[in-house]
Amino acid sequence: MLRFILRRLLQMVLAFFGTTLIVYALMFAGQGDPIQALAGERPVTAAQRAYLTEKYHLDATGVGGFFYRYLNYLGGLLRGDLGQSLTGRQIGDILAAAWPVTVKLAVIAMAVTILVGVTAGVIAGIRRAGVFDHATLVLTLLVLGIPTIVLAPLAQYFLGVRWPIFPPTAGAQPSLWALLLPGIVLGSLSLATALRLTRTSVSENLRADYVRTARSKGLVRRRIVGVHVLRNSLIPVVTFLGVELGNLMSGAIITEGVFNIPGVGFNLFRGIRTEDGPLVVGIVSVLVVVYLLSNLVVDVLYAVLDPRIRYE
Amino acid sequence: MPTPVSPTPPDGHLLEVRDLHVEFRTGEGVARVINGVSYHLDAGETLAVLGESGSGKSVTAQAIMGILDTPPAHVRSGEIRYQGRDLLTLGEEERRRIRGAEIAMIFQDALSALNPVFPVGWQIGESLRQRAGLSRADARRRTVELMDLVRIPAAAKRLGDYPHQFSGGMRQRVMIAMALALDPKVLIADEPTTALDVTVQAQIMDLLADLRRDLGMALILITHDLGVVAGVADRIAVMYAGRIIEHADVRALYRAPAHPYTKGLLESIPRLDVRGQALSTIRGLPPNLMRIPPGCPFHPRCPYARQVCVDEVPHDLVLGDGRTSACHFAQEVHDDRAR
Repeated sequence: MLRFILRRLLQMVLAFFGTTLIVYALMFAGQGDPIQALAGERPVTAAQRAYLTEKYHLDATGVGGFFYRYLNYLGGLLRGDLGQSLTGRQIGDILAAAWPVTVKLAVIAMAVTILVGVTAGVIAGIRRAGVFDHATLVLTLLVLGIPTIVLAPLAQYFLGVRWPIFPPTAGAQPSLWALLLPGIVLGSLSLATALRLTRTSVSENLRADYVRTARSKGLVRRRIVGVHVLRNSLIPVVTFLGVELGNLMSGAIITEGVFNIPGVGFNLFRGIRTEDGPLVVGIVSVLVVVYLLSNLVVDVLYAVLDPRIRYE
Repeated sequence: MPTPVSPTPPDGHLLEVRDLHVEFRTGEGVARVINGVSYHLDAGETLAVLGESGSGKSVTAQAIMGILDTPPAHVRSGEIRYQGRDLLTLGEEERRRIRGAEIAMIFQDALSALNPVFPVGWQIGESLRQRAGLSRADARRRTVELMDLVRIPAAAKRLGDYPHQFSGGMRQRVMIAMALALDPKVLIADEPTTALDVTVQAQIMDLLADLRRDLGMALILITHDLGVVAGVADRIAVMYAGRIIEHADVRALYRAPAHPYTKGLLESIPRLDVRGQALSTIRGLPPNLMRIPPGCPFHPRCPYARQVCVDEVPHDLVLGDGRTSACHFAQEVHDDRAR
């Protein structure tokens, strides 16, 4: 197991270099004149241009120059220096402010997914082909069919504006209450998937041979379902939830955008829109690490949940 | 309905199945899986139930245990008497109490029959903790005893191992230990050796025979393998298409089968003393249980078949030594030693 984790960590290093390189290349290859982009609409004097060219090593051109700048950036990254965004703010500070908000939102979404999705999935799985099962089937199909870009404004309009149950937007320092509706909207997709996955897993496990054995032992049904079936059924569900938590942690561009939540996705979207190369590359680099780490945790968790799985 | 060989004890049989009918109602129609099965079991006895896949031997056992999936299974009529009480009239809670504690069952494929995510010690001890109310420590001690009883080496060290870490034979021993946890009076073994190597099969059969003797249990041994039965069983009930077509003492049945199907089965066993002949087979296939042939269900495959076999369902004929055969020509088959 230890060797597996070490090997995975080494693979992560490679994946990290690869993804940052690609994002770095994409972000800066598309730009015409980075100095003009930095200055925006204002004119740039020759002295300023010379200074910035010097500062950002723009005098080195071609592939060699690109790699020179990339390695330079990477060096800073490895020292924990994410650099400055084009607005002059430290990217580290931006992330330090944005991440807690995104984490709160992710936790709410995850809680909704587990409480509602997994619970309803277990019930639907036990009562397969019943009314509840059919109802959840239609509902989840509906949720899975509506993209967030439609669902989020609809929820905002109806539950925030028309019948103001929730605050329609979150604002700069969002409270948990303000994040509840966005959290539900964000979690609805993973909720639907988790529900379907749990339902299928439970109903399959209910027909497994070991359930027949448990019944022949004379165990009460509550124990057969609650211990034997559930423990097996939750293996794929927990795996899915782990990957999903990694996704949610990396921010939700649409949901954060619609509800005006200053999280990671919100800042990333702003960076893309304003062609703020350093900001985008900085955020994505950190996201890559978060995502890789959460995947590693899921893999380790998988082996803990299922004793048949051994990593060598 | 006559019952062969052993006379009915004054206080009735330990376990008795009477004229059981079970059908499976599926989208494609109704499959008549059990069509009037009767057999009985007395304390300390071993009854072998023999038959091909789909003959209804496992379904009968699951009906006794009360673990049939209903739906699709539906017990249409019949009685299953255990110590004089008809189990089919009991409520689910009363039946549950009998499962495991009075009548226990082991299954064919121990790998899938054991829960993959719990250690074997936990699974054996579960009955002790949940049903017998033992403490964790007592259950653990008793679990080790049970694992010793079924001859799992280094039992105490293997408590925490998972089913997939055991060999096939050891897994089946775990199943047996689990079934014995609550000292049942009847053990139903549903093809306990089918998934195992031949040498391991013999070990498991020996173990079951020893345990039955030492613990004074009654054993129902379900199998499709005549070879497995010979050394262990007292009586054999041969099933075909959801009926018992022959029911006899083991020796009598091996000496001279009184049903063409049993005869065919016996002749299809390779023998060391008969060489240079092609192995005989039973032609055709077992019937589709949704369309069981009229008359005797075996007639399309039977070398003795005549018009009466198509027209009339044969009743159980009682032969001289108390055995029964559901064949119009039972005596003729019995006397026919030509082949």
